[in-house]
Amino acid sequence: MSVTPAENVAETGGAGMPQLDFSTFPNQIFWLLVTLIVIYLILSRVALPRIGSVLAERQGTITNDIAAAEELNQRAIEAEAAYDKALSDARSEAEKIVFQAKTEIQTELDVQMLKADAEIAAQTAESEKSISDIQAGAAVAVKSVAKSTAKEIIASFGGKVDAKTITSAITARMKG
Amino acid sequence: MAGEAHSESGGLEFHPLDQFEVHRIFGDGPVHWYTITNVTMWMAIAVVCITLLLVIGTRKRAVIPNRTQSVAETLYGFVYKMVEDVTGKDGIKYFPYIFTLFIFILFSNFLGLLPMAFTTTSHIAVTAILAFAVFLTVTILGFVKNGSAFLGLFWVSSAPLALRPILAVIEIISYFVRPVSHSIRLAGNLMAGHAVLKVFAGFAQVGLIVAPIAILGVVAIYALEVLVSAIQAYVFTILTCVYLKDALHPSH
Repeated sequence: MSVTPAENVAETGGAGMPQLDFSTFPNQIFWLLVTLIVIYLILSRVALPRIGSVLAERQGTITNDIAAAEELNQRAIEAEAAYDKALSDARSEAEKIVFQAKTEIQTELDVQMLKADAEIAAQTAESEKSISDIQAGAAVAVKSVAKSTAKEIIASFGGKVDAKTITSAITARMKG
Repeated sequence: MAGEAHSESGGLEFHPLDQFEVHRIFGDGPVHWYTITNVTMWMAIAVVCITLLLVIGTRKRAVIPNRTQSVAETLYGFVYKMVEDVTGKDGIKYFPYIFTLFIFILFSNFLGLLPMAFTTTSHIAVTAILAFAVFLTVTILGFVKNGSAFLGLFWVSSAPLALRPILAVIEIISYFVRPVSHSIRLAGNLMAGHAVLKVFAGFAQVGLIVAPIAILGVVAIYALEVLVSAIQAYVFTILTCVYLKDALHPSH
């Protein structure tokens, strides 16, 4: 910016301010109005709607992306929950199966025990019966042997005893 | 300092206001209202630049913007938010008008900072028309939207009754001073800044001691002017929004 020697010193009126040179006012005002109208038309027809739509579109894209991210996050959370649930289900199922198996084994065991007990009892009873039979048989045999032995002994000593007396004596003895 | 400059280089002349002169571009003769002048040229350049930024710069409509589109979007968002914050939702439909004002003033201010440029917004004729247009629009809109209730703007119902007439007078005066301050603020800031720039530039022709200081001064003032250019565009726009808010919601 250099000062060129101006030929028109204080050519314009007043304090020499070109701003106060009223002869140029109509020109400035006319071109200002033309300019403003042109700018307004360019802005309102082309520029502002375009920028507005770009901004709206961007906002929409951002909102959509956030929503998509939100949805994916939700799905991940759901998947995790489903996984946890499946895990705990499997665990409880396994516990149930273990418990069931234990119970079944226990029942089976009880049944077998009872059966075995019953068998043992039956065999014991049978054994006892045969023992008592043998005992009874032995007693009878002892009685008859004693009777005949006693009769033979008395006979060899020359005595004579009737069978009734010997039987009662032996019976008395065997009871004692 | 001026006397010193004159004594050093004799024929040094300052014409810091020459840059504001309106003159014909083609031929000689008087400046009629339709004459193509430097005003026409610099306003046309502003239109071209605005079109380059806001139309050509956004032609790809990219979701992820490039730099130019990003600047256009930032300006859009900045003014849109300003209108929305100050005037409320029902002020949004005036957004294209306010954006037109803002972008015109912003580009005129910045283009005026180019060397050899003519600053259209440094002329009171231009800023007065801008401010007067705002004033007229806002006043008519106020009466159309609110009828006589718009006069409630001047009747401060929250003040004590005795004070209200006095306040009304003050309010009315301040209302009619609005376009004056609105326009002179813009033109005055730019004119003063550019004139000071030119004065410093004039001292740059003077001697070895003064010139570096003057050049530093030019740089400093230029930086300040860049700031002022943006701030004045912002101030003009936000005041327009405030006036528009008064028209739409006149109650205090």
